[in-house]
Amino acid sequence: MTVYIIRRLLYTIPIVFGVLLVTFLLFNVVAGDVTDQIAGKAASAETREEIRAEYGWDKPMFFAWDSQFFNHLKNAVTFDFGRSWSDRELIIDKVKRGAGPSLSLTIPMFLGTLIISISLALIVAFLRGHIVDVVVVLLCVAGMSIPFLSFILFGQYFLAFKWDIFPVFFWPDLSPAHYVLLPALIGIVAGLGGNLRFYRTVMLDEIRNDYVRTAFAKGLSVRRVLFRHVLKNAMIPIITQVVLAIPFLFLGSLLLERFFGIPGLGYLMIEAIGARDFQVISAMTYIGAILFVVFNLITDICYCLVDPRITFE
Amino acid sequence: MNRDYEKSAANANLPRGRSLWADGLRRLRRRRLAMLCLAVIAAYVLLTGFIYLAETFDWQVSVTNWDEKVGTEYEPPSAGNILGTDFLGQSGLRKTLYGAKVSLTVAFWASVISLGIGVPLGAIAGYFRGVVDEIVVWIYTTLSSIPYILLILAFALVLKGKTIDLGWAGLGIVELSGITTVYLAIGLTSWVGICRLIRAEVMKHKNQQYVLAARSYGCSNMRIIFRHLMPNVFHIVIINLSLRFVSFIQAEVILSFLGLGEKDRPSWGAMIDTARLELPKGHWWEMTAATLAIFFISLALNVFGDALRDSLDPKLRTQ
Repeated sequence: MTVYIIRRLLYTIPIVFGVLLVTFLLFNVVAGDVTDQIAGKAASAETREEIRAEYGWDKPMFFAWDSQFFNHLKNAVTFDFGRSWSDRELIIDKVKRGAGPSLSLTIPMFLGTLIISISLALIVAFLRGHIVDVVVVLLCVAGMSIPFLSFILFGQYFLAFKWDIFPVFFWPDLSPAHYVLLPALIGIVAGLGGNLRFYRTVMLDEIRNDYVRTAFAKGLSVRRVLFRHVLKNAMIPIITQVVLAIPFLFLGSLLLERFFGIPGLGYLMIEAIGARDFQVISAMTYIGAILFVVFNLITDICYCLVDPRITFE
Repeated sequence: MNRDYEKSAANANLPRGRSLWADGLRRLRRRRLAMLCLAVIAAYVLLTGFIYLAETFDWQVSVTNWDEKVGTEYEPPSAGNILGTDFLGQSGLRKTLYGAKVSLTVAFWASVISLGIGVPLGAIAGYFRGVVDEIVVWIYTTLSSIPYILLILAFALVLKGKTIDLGWAGLGIVELSGITTVYLAIGLTSWVGICRLIRAEVMKHKNQQYVLAARSYGCSNMRIIFRHLMPNVFHIVIINLSLRFVSFIQAEVILSFLGLGEKDRPSWGAMIDTARLELPKGHWWEMTAATLAIFFISLALNVFGDALRDSLDPKLRTQ
């Protein structure tokens, strides 16, 4: 077991290195020296030199102790991403500040989607072949085909602007429960199609098993069979989905935060795209990948704990 | 020889052999809904083809003259302008139709790029295994560790406004702008899924007898991969691609909306971006037009892709 965990940990090293290589190639080699863009046209040669020195663009690319690539690795491992171009704030501070609002949006959204889609999936899988099932599947496919942006725009327009049920925009004085409600609702509705279809397939695989027939034969109620027996056995694919979705919760929702003005990480990225602030995007890419790798590791270790047959090859 | 065989097969009342494709297409043709969806997809493709022809030969048709002023600003939908007009008095219908060209072009080139990278890499990794396999697996594990939206944004952001010297290919210096950035970003980031599928499938097929037979004839490795293995695994690519096309179209919409895509010509994403500010004023038609245009092609592709999967690969059936 310990050996497994250690080997699994060692296995993450090349992946993290790969992620750093990708961000380096993108932002330092392809994008390269963007001093002109930061400094503007009127900047003096001195200012330019200063900027170059701060971001290290005057150093050799790869093969030196003080090369750009080596510094990139060092900064990433110590989570020191430097300052943003646009407002000179430390990037790590921005990220820390944005995580809270992002999580306050994504966690309710995620839990809502999970509970609604799993309960609906159980019912629909039980009614497989019935007209209700056919209609629900069709609605799911239709829902998956509507662009996310349309959900947001129409939802905001009708529910907040026209009918005035929810606040239109984030306001610091509002309680989180108040301003998060509508974006979370929109997120749940927009994501329901794909999720429901996925969980329906999972439940269908489970519901055909013999133990389900036995449970019904014993005279258990439908609710008890579905929510006790089937749900428990369908846990493995559900847990995988849940754990691997967690890193995305931290990253917030790009579009929802933009439309509702929630100052989270999604909003931070939108701002960075607008300002072409590569440092911020690079840091966010790295943080997102690290979270993904860590939670992947946790899933694998959990599997190993749950199921002793799994070994690491 | 062949005819004799057929005759004897008919006499003995033996069923004639059918290929995987013939069988699959026969099953597919029986599904009315799938055929309807195929017709919708064909209509979008034909429209795109028509716009390309009209632009190449400079035909004066209304679609390519989308920038013509057809009415006053913000005219609601009427018999004259079915989808109303925008803030410049341009026709909503023409803009929506023209948007099909942008979306389908992006999705097409993104597919070409992701197939061009994913299929050969997956096939080679699955076939040779060893060090090659480990490198390929490392590359795609790395890329799939980065959340997709961030990866695609990073690519689009960095590639935008870059110039590439394609002098060696006789193309001169190409500036990456508008939709070129978008399809490059989507294509370069989305090959991982296809690569993984092909690799797994090639690994499964590699020890089968027809491969062994080909090797015993003295076929080269490349010939075995591309002449013998590929035709047997390619249906997976087709199924995967028809469903992936939807995500390419939706990604184009989001990138255009974020200002990383086409700016000078109408696209569905850009239409939604302008509609964002128009909607609170009650001008709902541009938003609705773009939404419907995306909805119909996505729905058709989703339904058709599912039907294709069910007919070509019964093992993967979800129902």
